[in-house]
Amino acid sequence: MPFIPHTEDEVRDMLGAIGVSSIDELFDEIPAELRIDGLNGVLPALNEAGIKRLMATRAAADTGGLCFIGAGAYDHHIPAAVWAVATRGEFYSAYTPYQAEASQGTLQVIYEYQSMMAELTGLDASNASLYDGATAFAEACLMAVRANRKSKSRRILTTRGMSPAYRAVASALLQGQGLELVELPMADGVTDPQALEALGEQDFAALAIQQPSFLGTLEAVDALTDLAHAQNMLVIGVCNPTSLALLKPPGQWGDAGADVACGEGQPLGIPMSSGGPYFGYMVCRQALVRQMPGRIVGRTVDLDGRPGFTLTLQAREQHIRRSKATSNICTNQGLMVTAATIYMALLGGEGLRRVALQSHANTRALVDGVASLDGVRVAFDNYFHEAVLVLDRPVAPVLESLAQQGVLGGYDLGADYPELGDALLVCATEQRTPADIDNYVRSLGDTLARSRAA
Amino acid sequence: MDSLIFERSRAGRGSRGLAPASPPASELPAQLVRDTAPALPEVSELQVVRHYTRLSQRNFSIDTHFYPLGSCTMKYNPKVCNSLAMLPGFTDRHPYAPAKQGQGFLACMYELQEMLKAATGMQAFSLTPMAGAQGEFAGVAMIMAYHQSRGDTERREIIVPDAAHGTNPATATMCGCTVREIATGAHGDVDLDALRAAVGPHTAGIMLTNPSTLGVFERRIPEIAAIVHEAGGLLYYDGANLNAILGRALPAAMGFDVMHINLHKTFSTPHGGGGPGSGAVGVNARLAPFLPVPMVAQGDDGYRWLTEADCPQSIGRLSAFMGNAGILLRAYVYMRLLGPEGMRRVADYATLNANYLMARLAAAGFRLAYPDRRASHEFIVSLKDLTKATGVTAMDMAKGLLDRGFHAPTTYFPLLVPECLLIEPTETEALEELDAFADALIELRDEARSNPESLKAAPLTLPVRRLDDVRAAKQLDLAWQPTH
Amino acid sequence: MTEAPDNLKYTPDHEWLRLEDDGTVTLGVTDHAQQALGELVYVELPEAGRELEPGEACAVVESVKAASDVYSPLAGAVTAINDALADTPELVNDSPYADGWLLQLRPADPKTLEDLMDPEAYARFLAESED
Repeated sequence: MPFIPHTEDEVRDMLGAIGVSSIDELFDEIPAELRIDGLNGVLPALNEAGIKRLMATRAAADTGGLCFIGAGAYDHHIPAAVWAVATRGEFYSAYTPYQAEASQGTLQVIYEYQSMMAELTGLDASNASLYDGATAFAEACLMAVRANRKSKSRRILTTRGMSPAYRAVASALLQGQGLELVELPMADGVTDPQALEALGEQDFAALAIQQPSFLGTLEAVDALTDLAHAQNMLVIGVCNPTSLALLKPPGQWGDAGADVACGEGQPLGIPMSSGGPYFGYMVCRQALVRQMPGRIVGRTVDLDGRPGFTLTLQAREQHIRRSKATSNICTNQGLMVTAATIYMALLGGEGLRRVALQSHANTRALVDGVASLDGVRVAFDNYFHEAVLVLDRPVAPVLESLAQQGVLGGYDLGADYPELGDALLVCATEQRTPADIDNYVRSLGDTLARSRAA
Repeated sequence: MDSLIFERSRAGRGSRGLAPASPPASELPAQLVRDTAPALPEVSELQVVRHYTRLSQRNFSIDTHFYPLGSCTMKYNPKVCNSLAMLPGFTDRHPYAPAKQGQGFLACMYELQEMLKAATGMQAFSLTPMAGAQGEFAGVAMIMAYHQSRGDTERREIIVPDAAHGTNPATATMCGCTVREIATGAHGDVDLDALRAAVGPHTAGIMLTNPSTLGVFERRIPEIAAIVHEAGGLLYYDGANLNAILGRALPAAMGFDVMHINLHKTFSTPHGGGGPGSGAVGVNARLAPFLPVPMVAQGDDGYRWLTEADCPQSIGRLSAFMGNAGILLRAYVYMRLLGPEGMRRVADYATLNANYLMARLAAAGFRLAYPDRRASHEFIVSLKDLTKATGVTAMDMAKGLLDRGFHAPTTYFPLLVPECLLIEPTETEALEELDAFADALIELRDEARSNPESLKAAPLTLPVRRLDDVRAAKQLDLAWQPTH
Repeated sequence: MTEAPDNLKYTPDHEWLRLEDDGTVTLGVTDHAQQALGELVYVELPEAGRELEPGEACAVVESVKAASDVYSPLAGAVTAINDALADTPELVNDSPYADGWLLQLRPADPKTLEDLMDPEAYARFLAESED
């Protein structure tokens, strides 16, 4: 019996000690009409060799295709040491560190993670992570409403460059508490600070800026931050963590810096894995730390004065549940945070900066390559490691054709940004070689030429 | 405490070869760019591996210790679940890769949806919630959406037993509901008179765990369901304790309209030091239109995603992509290894182990919270008498267990039972482990009577002794600061 | 056995209030409250000048175990806050009725103070809640 260690003799002895004659008897408190004899519709058991064969076939079916898609999940190189260490049983099969003395490993990892995220974002206090970037964004909106002393507004202003998926998730999570997201218009792929200024008299709890935007463009974060602060809003920066090794972090935006930084941690050593598990990070100014949701690890001392780590500020989690806006989030993505911490330690600041630089350079090379093709226009000159291409025909069949040539050509922007026309979001990380990029340019060129000839 | 990784950092050290060698300089505008690279540690690969390996050795884990944490279901996490979920074909797939190139993954997700339906009796499942709490949110949000869709806008009250886990009322509040607590009776069942008095035209629903957080089966669940349904409310099942009844009873047959499953409990996905979890949510036909997207459907030409366009009444998206895909793959592998008989064995042996341990401790004179009831997959011991006699508390006994090489059970939950230990052995533990644990508790109790101070001082054999929580909260030290 | 000084008024949420000679009202939490919370690690106080409605949460007292809102039963404007609590929140535990005061306010209508519980009523209230 897989995973069940009991022998027949042992079962007999145990039943005897309990004072029953069968395991069935142990279920006699369940009303008879609710008891079932077995399950229908569960696939028959496979042994380990069998499931291995099945999964190998299925994984093989999904293999292939050069990835040029970004749009919130990124194909970065993950050093072998990351998961070799993160999947050690002592990390993998440990629980939440409630018994602190028995969990100093996990707690110290989280403390180191918090320290690294504070450094990366230029802010003061990080939590131990949230479920993903989208829910971190939703939590940041709730936090801004709680924390803003100068405004009682339950409205959050966001740039149009904020990920559509993040806005959708925030709406689903927040509408039960009467929070409203309002979008600032976009021009030329970025937010015009004048549009923010024009809102002037209206009351918002916060301005949320995604940098780089979902379209890859770079926003005027300094001007936007200063304007928002002047209008009594808190500023939430939603940032790709790889980009933070190169770009000015939220803590340094404008005169006072952003108030909260959050986003998706997947680029930091987490495989793309069809969309999860990832983790959301959140860091804030020290003054706001008591409003921050999620677990937080603090360093303290034990009875002998030795340094040690423990979960702290836990009372605030319950309190946060009772105050102006509430959240039930209490978990963190422990395993993913462990992996990300190891990744950041392996790469260091300089290594991460190089990943960012190479990703930017590769996307430049890709864009330069396709810009010369007939039927392709580069929408915006200003981008980090993703860029918008506008085609002279619908995107979906082009992507289909590229896929058949072994190229995953990008993300179709038609549904989310119809104003851009037949637009495609492409991304080339440091993983894409010059040959890969040539491959893309050639394949796209062939596709466009073929359908033109038809 | 081991040194922090930052303290091993030396300028110029660092793992060359893990990042691109010499990327071109960027021409990005200077005012948007950092002055210097972030000050992350500069250490060698060996230093990183050694540092984090040594840290891991400071943890208790299922792989190293018996971990009878009540309500957490700390069963063995099979290694094969991890290795197969991390096959490159799965890990390297972008979430927006075309469905045609994801048929392997989608097949696993579809079959997982189907098996969860079979295991619970529910008609439809969404795999997207990323934790039990998110599953709860989805469940209550769907209940509210259902009432709204019928114009029943006065129904805004969620009933919760006083023994419920804290996330239940928090979830209700998040969905814009008010919470109404009802009492639990002396034998661990919900008080039906209190329930009858509590329901009415304002009732949106009730949130229940079964077996309850008290470790006992809610025997009158059919009546509870009838009372709530007759009043126009719906029933939400918190699946935290599903391990106790897997293959033995179906939540849908009990009358529940919606439920979440904690895949990291019942289906053995890794706890990972605090996450990731996964809280798949299942419903009967009434609530199916409201399920969060995306879900997987099977068609003539393979598997495809169902999105907002296919599900116009959906409560929406709860994650940027589709939830914790890699975790779902682990749960899928686990369920395939069990098959239908294996799932029933889970409940059988989890219940056998719990009842055996309960019998041993009762025979040794420990006070059970519900001595006349069967244990489900867990049971509660109250140390109130010991505390009164010796001053040694449940927390002290927990710390003493750590010194004896066992992770402590859950303490001080549920709040209803003073000085309690909530003990859940799970089905993957052998008899000698259970006996060793019982023996250890008996020894600790003897020590509490003869030398209480030794337990107040526990733990003594771990990397740190008890930590100053007050100082941790007062003098916040949440991030390393360089000393110069 | 918890103290309940004679010259104070009390609320069911375990706040005490004292009318001062100059017409302001000092507010704090009772001995019962500080015992229930345990050692305080942080106190969040309102800004001076803030206008309070009756029943509005005006402060938070936080221990390792719990964080509790503190409510003002009266309408009024905050005139002073106890700055010492920023560094030494445990003053609330050591001296809840004296050095551990939280804030002072100028009530819109001082007569509303009379509607609150006197010490005997509070003591009865505590005894009943413990059943």
